[in-house]
Amino acid sequence: MASINLRALAPIGVFFLLCFVIAVFSPNFLSVSNAIRILNASAIPVVLVMGATFVILMGSIDLSVEGIVALCAVVTASLVLNDTTSANLGLWAVPFAVLAGGLIGAVNGATHVYLKVPSFMVTLGIGFVCLGIATAALGGFPVRISDRGFRTLTLGRTLGLPNGIWVATAAVVVALIIQERTRLGRYVYAIGTDEITARQSGVPVERTRVLVFVLAGLFSGLAGAMAAAQLGQGHALIASGRLFTTITAVVVGGTALSGGVGSVLNSVVGVLIVVVLTNGMVLMGVPPFVQQGVQGFLIIVAVSLALDRRQLDFVK
Amino acid sequence: MDPVLELRNVTKEFPGVRALDSVNIHVGRNEVVGLIGENGAGKSTLVKILAGIHRIDEGELIFEGEPTSFRSPRDAFDHGLAMVFQEQSIIQTLTVAENIFLGREREFLRFGVIDKRAMNSAARIELAKVHLDCDPAQKCSQLDFAARQMVEIAKALSLDGRLDGDVVILLDEPTSVLERREIDLLFSIISELRAKASIIFISHRLDEVLEVSDRVYVLRDGAVVHETESADASVTGLHEHMVGRQLDHQYYRENKQRNSFGEPVLSVRDLSIDGEFRNLSFELAEGEILGLAGVVGSGREAFARCLGGLLPPSGGEVLIGGKPVRLNRPHQAVNAGFGFVPSERKSEGIVTGLSVAENMTLAAGERFSQLGFIRFDKERAECQSWIDRLQIRTPSSKTPMQSLSGGNQQKVVLSKWQIFGSKVAVLDHPTRGIDVGAKEDVYELIREMADQGVAIVLLGDTLEEVIGLSNRILVLRDGEVSARFDAPVGGKPDQLDLISNMV
Repeated sequence: MASINLRALAPIGVFFLLCFVIAVFSPNFLSVSNAIRILNASAIPVVLVMGATFVILMGSIDLSVEGIVALCAVVTASLVLNDTTSANLGLWAVPFAVLAGGLIGAVNGATHVYLKVPSFMVTLGIGFVCLGIATAALGGFPVRISDRGFRTLTLGRTLGLPNGIWVATAAVVVALIIQERTRLGRYVYAIGTDEITARQSGVPVERTRVLVFVLAGLFSGLAGAMAAAQLGQGHALIASGRLFTTITAVVVGGTALSGGVGSVLNSVVGVLIVVVLTNGMVLMGVPPFVQQGVQGFLIIVAVSLALDRRQLDFVK
Repeated sequence: MDPVLELRNVTKEFPGVRALDSVNIHVGRNEVVGLIGENGAGKSTLVKILAGIHRIDEGELIFEGEPTSFRSPRDAFDHGLAMVFQEQSIIQTLTVAENIFLGREREFLRFGVIDKRAMNSAARIELAKVHLDCDPAQKCSQLDFAARQMVEIAKALSLDGRLDGDVVILLDEPTSVLERREIDLLFSIISELRAKASIIFISHRLDEVLEVSDRVYVLRDGAVVHETESADASVTGLHEHMVGRQLDHQYYRENKQRNSFGEPVLSVRDLSIDGEFRNLSFELAEGEILGLAGVVGSGREAFARCLGGLLPPSGGEVLIGGKPVRLNRPHQAVNAGFGFVPSERKSEGIVTGLSVAENMTLAAGERFSQLGFIRFDKERAECQSWIDRLQIRTPSSKTPMQSLSGGNQQKVVLSKWQIFGSKVAVLDHPTRGIDVGAKEDVYELIREMADQGVAIVLLGDTLEEVIGLSNRILVLRDGEVSARFDAPVGGKPDQLDLISNMV
């Protein structure tokens, strides 16, 4: 699919350059414990970009990430041993959270496709609806998780690495298989590149679009469960800032917002770039508000680097 | 007198095609020059060179005595070469006046603000030149197609009086969507205009070209094959030069034309689309090739798109193998057995980002997958066998589609439906924009498809092609069937028989 050229490798180059610069200023950066810290901080963003990449490859956008993550974190927290409800499902709460995410994704996709509302508007709206439900259901209070077993989902360690990293790795493998080995993956590229031809060739465009939003919802749901396990609670604001990181990582990784070009692996690199940048700035003692500014700047630089301007007739 | 515009030994090549081959053309001051040629003869390449969209590989473009190269249609316009295209360049959400003076608002600026009143009254002067009676403050979307065409011409004419040098106006198929009355008006405008400007008139209607031009160039296979004063030329004479050969039966593989067919497969009964065509009926058998002839707007393009599931019918029914077919969506048409090969190959036929193999199996995804997982071995084997059989020139089945030449791309599109197993192939200008050698390969492939029992509905690029390939021909005029011809080998109808029923 992706032909190897310099532009496609640019994000990896940026990643190593960034590591080099930070390592020069802050020798602590290159320690094993810091590497694990970076990977651990990448776990939830990686799961989120898996879904977002497919949506963006298709030329659409999913802005409901924060809403779905928050709502699914609340669902998870309410289903395990906690201080608010009497449920005690333990790790079995995870499939419910994933499913809830998938359902919201289905609403996103169906509204977008069958009412022909642009995905931008649909997902923005649904995202706020989810946040609203998460807030209203709890009256603004968090649900505190008291189930230690459940929290091993992200906090426990296997082979010396936090479990969250393994969950994220599994998500990448699943996404990569979908991208490379299934018809769904191929249809995503076909629709993102040339929807008219795809439609005329009998590709079920509507169904594919809905499925991709469901897929994005499933990954967001999983991320919600991970967030709940990581922080030990579920509440409406648990996902603040996730949307910006997700979209930035996908774009910085080199997936085109116009659709058709990119890969879930690119997005993994994108996440690493964003997380390493944040980590590096923390190590170098950059004030938090400046960090945000740098991230905002980064996304614009990354997009301008990734675009092949010769091929662009116009930009909207 | 020196010509205003001259092309000297202009050559232009695209991958696999020599689109223009040492073309020499000159246009004198206040002269109307006609330019004719079949599709693929190089007309549109020539227009794009004049418009600055393509660069010349060899040779020179000389404008007002100076070697020039235009950078864009806008640049050409600013030099005094205005073009009116078939596909309109009117922006529908702007007003008539805004369209006419788009990019040239400076003239109407008062303290940095556009003086709409001045612009509208200036627009009114331009509109008067084309005798179009409409409000310049009106949005273009409220005008019908012909009126928008006139606005476009008015925009070209607005150069006159605003420029010091000469004005050349290029009209590319301006009449194809106009009514007779509007065509007459256009011609009277042209004859008024020639006092002030030079005109290049491109059309496929030879009678019109002769009526309006002083001199005519005939293009064929990228070269100027004939140049004549209009006074000395006739429609049939021009046509022979344009086609360039006495009908060669081998060219269309007539020796491979079937004369007996399989089971009836397609029935079309009283099919209609409001405003496009009415009560179209015919039957088609396995292995039979039905040609559709008709001018632009006769309804044949709409009919082809209807069978592709792109334009839902408003009445009548279509049956495949005796079963009624729904045609509201492309995938319904595909699953029913229609394989639509669109005339716009680049935008509708192929997915440029995907590989040859991925394009080939785009429709038949189900056959090459199990539980949604793609069977790459199976896919590769099947695609390779098609690449070998159709002699598709590509390094491998993994090559991106955009690096193939037009002819090879078209073979991939045709194989897509073969692989899917379509029962009825709907070929909308299957040889448009591909060079002569590749055309013959496509003809060979069409014959082969017919041999395998695929029923074929063909909209040819030329009349000659329709006649040469078809077993039967339907002629459409104004949305209705005006004539039906049998076209067996040795008993092919004459082009003039068809033309007389087309117009």
